[in-house]
Formats: sequence, structure tokens, C-alpha cells
Amino acid sequence: MPVVTLTINDKLVSAQSDKTVLEAARDAGFEIPTLCHLEGLTPRGGCRLCLVEVEGVPRLLASCVTQVQEGMVVRTETERLHNYRKMMVELLLAERNHVCAVCVMNGHCELQSLAAKLGVDHVRYDYLCPDLPVDASHERNTRDPNRCILCARCIRVCDEVEGAHCLDMMGRGIHCNIITGMNQEWGKARSCTACGKCVQVCPTGALFKKGSSVAEMEKQREFLIWILDGRDKKVWHWSR
Amino acid sequence: MDREELKALAQVELDQQQRFRCRILCCMSTPCISSGATAVFEALQDAIKGGQLDAEVEAVATGCMGPCSRGPLVTVKTEGEEDVIYEHVTADLAMDILDKHARKASVPSLDRVVLPRDIPFFSKQVKIVLADSGVVDPERLESYVARGGYTALANALREMTPEEVCEEISKSGIRGRGGAGYPSGLKWHMVRKAPGERKYVVANGDEGDPGAYMDRTLMESDPHRVLEGMAIAGYAVGAEQGYVYVRGEYPLAAKRLEKAIRQAERKGLLGNRILESPFNFRIDIRMGAGAFVCGEETALMQSIMGRRGQPVPRPPYPAHKGLWGGPTLINNVETFGNIAAIIGRGAEWYASYGTEKSKGTKIFALAGKVVNTGLIEVPIGITLREIVYEIGGGIPGNKAFKAAQTGGPSGGCIPADYLDVPIDYESLARLGSIMGSGGLIVMDETSCMPDVAKFFMEFCMDESCGKCGPCRGGTVQMHRILSKITDGCATMDDLKKLEELCLMVKETSLCGLGQTSPNPIYSTLRYFRAEYEAHIKDHHCPAGVCTFPRKGELTFNKVA
Amino acid sequence: MTTRQNGKVRLATAWFGGCAGCHMSLLDIDERIIDLVKLVEVVYTPIADIKKFPEDVDVTLVEGSVANSDHVREARDIRKKSKIVIAFGDCAVTGNVPALRNRLQVDKILEEVYGGGPGKPPSTEEQYAEVVPVLLSKVIPLHQIIPVDIFLPGCPPDPERIWTALTALLQGGPVALPPEMRSFG
Repeated sequence: MPVVTLTINDKLVSAQSDKTVLEAARDAGFEIPTLCHLEGLTPRGGCRLCLVEVEGVPRLLASCVTQVQEGMVVRTETERLHNYRKMMVELLLAERNHVCAVCVMNGHCELQSLAAKLGVDHVRYDYLCPDLPVDASHERNTRDPNRCILCARCIRVCDEVEGAHCLDMMGRGIHCNIITGMNQEWGKARSCTACGKCVQVCPTGALFKKGSSVAEMEKQREFLIWILDGRDKKVWHWSR
Repeated sequence: MDREELKALAQVELDQQQRFRCRILCCMSTPCISSGATAVFEALQDAIKGGQLDAEVEAVATGCMGPCSRGPLVTVKTEGEEDVIYEHVTADLAMDILDKHARKASVPSLDRVVLPRDIPFFSKQVKIVLADSGVVDPERLESYVARGGYTALANALREMTPEEVCEEISKSGIRGRGGAGYPSGLKWHMVRKAPGERKYVVANGDEGDPGAYMDRTLMESDPHRVLEGMAIAGYAVGAEQGYVYVRGEYPLAAKRLEKAIRQAERKGLLGNRILESPFNFRIDIRMGAGAFVCGEETALMQSIMGRRGQPVPRPPYPAHKGLWGGPTLINNVETFGNIAAIIGRGAEWYASYGTEKSKGTKIFALAGKVVNTGLIEVPIGITLREIVYEIGGGIPGNKAFKAAQTGGPSGGCIPADYLDVPIDYESLARLGSIMGSGGLIVMDETSCMPDVAKFFMEFCMDESCGKCGPCRGGTVQMHRILSKITDGCATMDDLKKLEELCLMVKETSLCGLGQTSPNPIYSTLRYFRAEYEAHIKDHHCPAGVCTFPRKGELTFNKVA
Repeated sequence: MTTRQNGKVRLATAWFGGCAGCHMSLLDIDERIIDLVKLVEVVYTPIADIKKFPEDVDVTLVEGSVANSDHVREARDIRKKSKIVIAFGDCAVTGNVPALRNRLQVDKILEEVYGGGPGKPPSTEEQYAEVVPVLLSKVIPLHQIIPVDIFLPGCPPDPERIWTALTALLQGGPVALPPEMRSFG
């Protein structure tokens, strides 16, 4: 694989030419916030948090789906990007009922920590307070759409890794919702294998193990890399 | 069928048409059907049969004639006489029309429904794409062939290399009619050169802008023109499969296209070995399911492939990696409607219309506060004043022109100061609007601009696919602030917040829908900021539209 | 930050729609409370029984969300009389737990809570607001009613967080909390 050289935040960085800007930046030690991206799943480019400025390109580019190019000059941290990222997180917090204090993921949530990191200490927009029913019909897991940010990690892991495609998206715009088994109750969805991968990749408390109480849910993401390394590279992570 | 047989087919049809002394063309496109054209057409047929005029008079169901608000429309072509157009025709007038034109009787009652043909509505138009609309029977291939249809395809296959076809399109200077105005020739060249075993041609007929119906009319009135354009494109870029993506709400267009495809296949004008050449090209129809965002090319392709109609990030562009990973040429239906004319009459002829940078003609759906609403085709570069005051016949009730909205929810408003600016892609962009697919809504002094912006924002909010956060949440928040403004409970701080949101949604959204959704706010703020401030500071709506139901609110149980 | 004769900052705390946990957390700064008292004069607080919000306050910590008509009136009064208003804790910052009722209609809630028992549910008419505060149709964060200067999230904000913010403020500096001290929840 040929290697290209690009400039990220004034630093010269080398990367394999099939890498994305996000991967190159993270390898070089730069942090770019992401929510819908998860290593091991196909990139989606939906959350828009990983937007970066690239010299000569008038638009902002989602670094998770932009491939590196020779001579590219990238900026990942500008005032403009920072402000936009803050606004995006505020929009996410306003569109559903994110009440950290009573959430199973309090203290381990990606949205919560990202808000803190970006300095979102209040939300300037109206809370939309939608009325969304919780689906607790599954024997092991619960889905609470009030905490969902529609990153679609669960859909992708169910489709791409587990191969069940039990989860999908329904509706559009602000009425989008994750559904199970063609909009059946999760407990009745026969395509669900109860593998729990969706729960582990969910960045917030939208999917959680039954029985967890406030702040008790912690998620393990390593499994995804173990599976994919085994499947694609025949590298087995026997010991932990 | 080869080229000679095509010519023979045209001649047979022409001979047949000449057997009739009088041909009565009855518009059977959606606007006229909705005002009763079916009954008119049936009454005409019955009257012809009843009067035993079958051998001399023919009633033809055609496509759109233009002034849609005056439907049902009927054009009478009589040998040796000028064509006459009748407006608001009802079934009981059928006999009168026959009396007057076939029996040469004097029928003074018909005079009041005659639409004069020398009005600017007709004389100012230049019809290239709509040349056959309202003339040919869209459900009969022969009717189109008699007007020279499919000869451009035949000539291209016989006399031009694919490279030359692309070059001809480039030379014509035509730009994409879907809205963005990307030079079509460049796109064709790109797809032609892109490596890939299977390539595709897609006609985007998922027209969704409120008030716009150019594509529908073209598909309903002259489906073969679209198919011929696509076949030429298929030959030029090396594709063997085409798709017409028809908006779900257009069943008649889909039906006529379907019929046209079958007819063309039967005659060897589509399918394998087209016109006895080695070129194969099939066209299939894909129906949308009511999502506006599927007009966005990447979402449209997802939908064709049977997936959820959501945009995906570009690059890769469809020209390199589109349907099933193959290079895909996506053009608007109207763009394909131009192709046969360009190839048939030459790029130079085509380029003689339009401005330096924007060639040819553009179809607009003229709507709103004008006397003549309907579908018009005008050379690019015409001024807004000509469209509104000459073709449109001015504003009813002698009210003052306030603004024209072009480009639908992605476009903007053009205020009265710019009535004389020539309409082309660049000048509209400079004014903060876009050409768009061709919706043109005229507003008079009784239109409230924040209310207009709210209308379009509501549209974008409902049509956002929900994939990316800025568009999903941002459009809702922008709509909320606009509602506060028109309800009388906004502050100047809200206006600032609105402007911040506009910029953020524009710069960070994934696809064109989100990126352009703030445009109506931008352009109304640019030209009518005082109106916004009057709403906020004085709870006064200069146009007298808003009633401020939440004026002064922020206490007790009405707090939102 | 003060030019008062006794050299002390006039501090007030208010309690809106919340559980008083933030006030508890304020008291939880342990022995540092003695240091705090040396620096501030507490002129109004639900912990002491002061009836009227005083004039000319330097800093007011407002705990709780804006949930009824009294909160709206008090919030405006506080804003008028305070130089710096701090949204103190998640309820004041986001609405938090009290805002969980926002998906329901106020009438339905009152009916559910009071309707089953004896007597009538409280009225939602504005004219009775002077007698019993009327519930707002939506519980909202403080900054949607009045401008807020500093946001101190947390449910409750832990004592360290409060201490860091207060000391920074009392020393006249800007309140810039590190990321781990400004998360919700």
C-alpha cells in the first residue's frame, strides 16, 4: 500500500493511502470527536462531529469518510469547527430526553463526556421533549429511544457483524426511530439472536442490559475488533 | 427497425394525420384532467362518432399546452386555418366546437372561451423541450416519430462515436436542469471515461419542490423524448441499463412512461440491437415512495438499489461509483428532454439560445400571484420582469410585486429591485437564490416574508431524512424560532440564534437538502430584515398575515 | 469582587423545582464552609427563613428548574436584584428530572395525582396563581426565562465542583471548570 504525506494541524503526517483522514489524525495523536463512527463498522458520515477543514475545499469534510491524499492540508481544531461541534451536541441533547442523572450510562456515556469535553454546559435550544415508549420486551436487553442519538451503530453491527439485520431505522427527520424486527416488539422479533452486540456498541444508554440501574452500565467495545480480526485477518485474541 | 423503417413509420403517421380535415387536441395531463378534461375528451369523441365525422375529424389526447390554470385546454387544428385554443372547456361545448370547426357553423358562444394566441404568454416562449408537448399523443409512439422522434438517436448511432456525442453535449453548453447547473457534457465525459464494466444512466424524475411540476409534465406529455435522451446518453457513456426514477405521486407519468418503454421496445428503439446497431439499452422505471430527499442523487441511487432513501457522503461521486458500484450518469428528466434536440439540430443551434454561461432554455412552473399561471419554457437570460409581467400577465388586482421565490425550499427570494436581472445560474446565485429545478412562485404585497420562510422551513423539517444531526435537529430548531417570530414571542436574541443555526446547518449538513435548507431564511433576511424586526420588536406584520397568537407570552402555562 | 464595608460578598441561594440535593452538596464542602463564611454573607437562602429576596445581591445560586408560575416571578426578581446568577445543578441547567413530565399534559398529571383522592385538582387558571402557583405546561431550564451568567451542571454538582467554581468567582476570576467538572449528571 503506497504511503502519502499530508499536513494535519501544521504537522507532517504519513499514512497509507487507503486510510481516512480520521484514522491518520488519530494515529498522529490528534483527537477528533466522533459519535456515529466506530472502528470495525462501515463509516456513516452522519453525526458530522468529525468535520474538518481541508485547504482548497470550500466545504467541510467528514474525516471518517474522506480518504487521505498526498499534500492534503487538514485542520481538525479551529474555532469554527469547535463552535459547530458544540452546536451539534446541543441539538442532539435537545432532540430527545437525555436525563443523565437517571441514566444507566451516567458516567460512561459518550454523548455526556463529549458534551463536557466540548464545553457544552447548557443547551441554547428548546428541548423537544418527545414522548417515546421504552421497549422492555426483550428478555435480556432494553431499548430506550429517549436516549438514542440515531448514530445507527446498532443497526450496522447487527447487519454487518452479527448478520441478523434485526435492527433498522424507521421514519424520517426528527421522527426517525430505531426499530427491531420490522417494527415489532423486540421480544417478538425472531431475527434477533440476543447476541447483545448492539448494546455494547451503543454510545449512550439507549440500549442497555436489563437489570442495570443508574450509572451501572458499562460497555465493552473490544469484542468488535476481536471478531473482525479473527474473521478478516485470522488473528485470534485468545487471551485478554 | 432501422433508420429507413423509422422514416417510413413517420410518413405513414403523417399521411394518416393529413386524412383528417380537422384535428382536435385535448390536453390530458394532470392539471387539465383534474379540472375535467377526461369528460371533455370523451364528449368530443362521442360527438365525432355521433355526427359521423370519424373520417374527417380526429380527437387526440395530448400533453400539456402551458396555461394550466385555464384548463381544460383544447387546441383545434384545421386545414388551412390558424390554430385555435380554447380555455375552460366543458363537455357541453364539444358539440359547439365540432359545429364551428368541422361544420363551419357560426357559434358565437365559443368566442368567450377562445384564448388569444398572440398574447406574450405564447409569443415570449421558446419551446425546445416542450416542442411536442400538447401536440403529440404521449401514449402513441407513432405520434412522436411523426414529429421526427428517435431520428436523433438513429443518427447518433449511425454517424457519431460515443466520444463525439459527449463532445456535442459539451459544445451545446447545456447545464444540469435539476438545480445545481453542473455542465452536463463534463458529467457525460466523466462517466464515459470512468472505468467500470457496468454503467448506468438514471433520469431523476423525483421532483418534489412545492409548486414545481416541470418533470411531471414532460414525462406525461412527451415520455418518448425522455427515453430517446436517455438512450443517446446510454450510447454516449457506454451504459446498457437506464432507470427513470419517478416520484411516487406521479402515477400518470409512470403509466405513460411504462407504455412508452413497451412501445419503443416493440419497435426496436429500446432493448437489444437498437435500430439494427450493436447498441443495447434497457430502461426500467423505479417509483419513489414519497420522500423528497430521494431527489438527491445519492439518496436516489440508494432507493433504486432497494435501500433506505438516505444520502451517502460524496465522494465517491456517482460518475465514478454509483449504482452497484458502477459509474452512473444521473441527470434530470428535463436535461434528458434537451438531448434529442441538441443531437438532432446541433450544438451550435442550441447554444444560440441563452446567455454566455448558461445555454438553452429552461422550463419554469409559474405559480402564485400572477394572472397566467402554468408551465413555461423560456430562453435562459430572460428577465424576471418579462416572466412576471409579460408571460405571467402581471399581478392580479393591480397589487405590487414583492418577490419571486425560485428554486423551492433550497432557493431564495428575489425582490422587486432585481426584476430586470437576467435569470441564469450565476445571477440567481449572486442574488442568494438558485435556478433550482424551476419552481417560480410570485408573491405580492400580501405575502409575509418570515411566514414564507417558515413555510419552506416546515417543508425541509418534514422532509429531512434524519441521517445527519445538523439537518435533523437544526431544521426543527430553525422552524421553532421562525414560529416564535410569527407568533410574536421571539426576541432579538432568537434572531441571532437563528442566523447562527442557518450558517451551521448550511456548512455541516451531509447533503444538499440540509445545506440549502436555510436559503429561504437567508434571502428573506437579506432583503426583508426590517420585516423580521417589525415582527419581533413591534409585534407588527407589515403584510398583515401574522396574528401573533402568543404575543407577550412567557408566563404561566403557555410557556412553550 | 466586593467593595462592601464588611469586605464580604452578598450571596443568595434559591430553590426552584428540584430536590434540594444541590443545596446539600453545597453544605458538603465540609470544613471549607468556614472559609466560605469568612468570604460571604448569606443574605437569602431556603436553609434560613428569610421571607423576601433582598436588594443588591452579588451572587445568586439558583437550584432547580422553572416549573411553576412562582418560579418565573422569582427568577425575574432574582435577575433584577443580582449581579451574577448561577444556574446551580442540572435541574436549573437542563430541566433534568422535573422535566421528565414534559411529555405529559399538565391537566392529565394533576388529574392523575389529585383527581383520584378527595377534593378537586388544583386549577391551572392564571387567576389562581397568587394562591397556589400554577404549573407551567413545560418545565424549562432557568436560562430560558432569564439570562444566566454561569452554568454549574451536575446532579448534584459535587462539592469539589462547587468549591472550584465559588473560589474562582470570589477571587474575581472567570469560572472555567475543567472538562471532568462540567459534565451533566
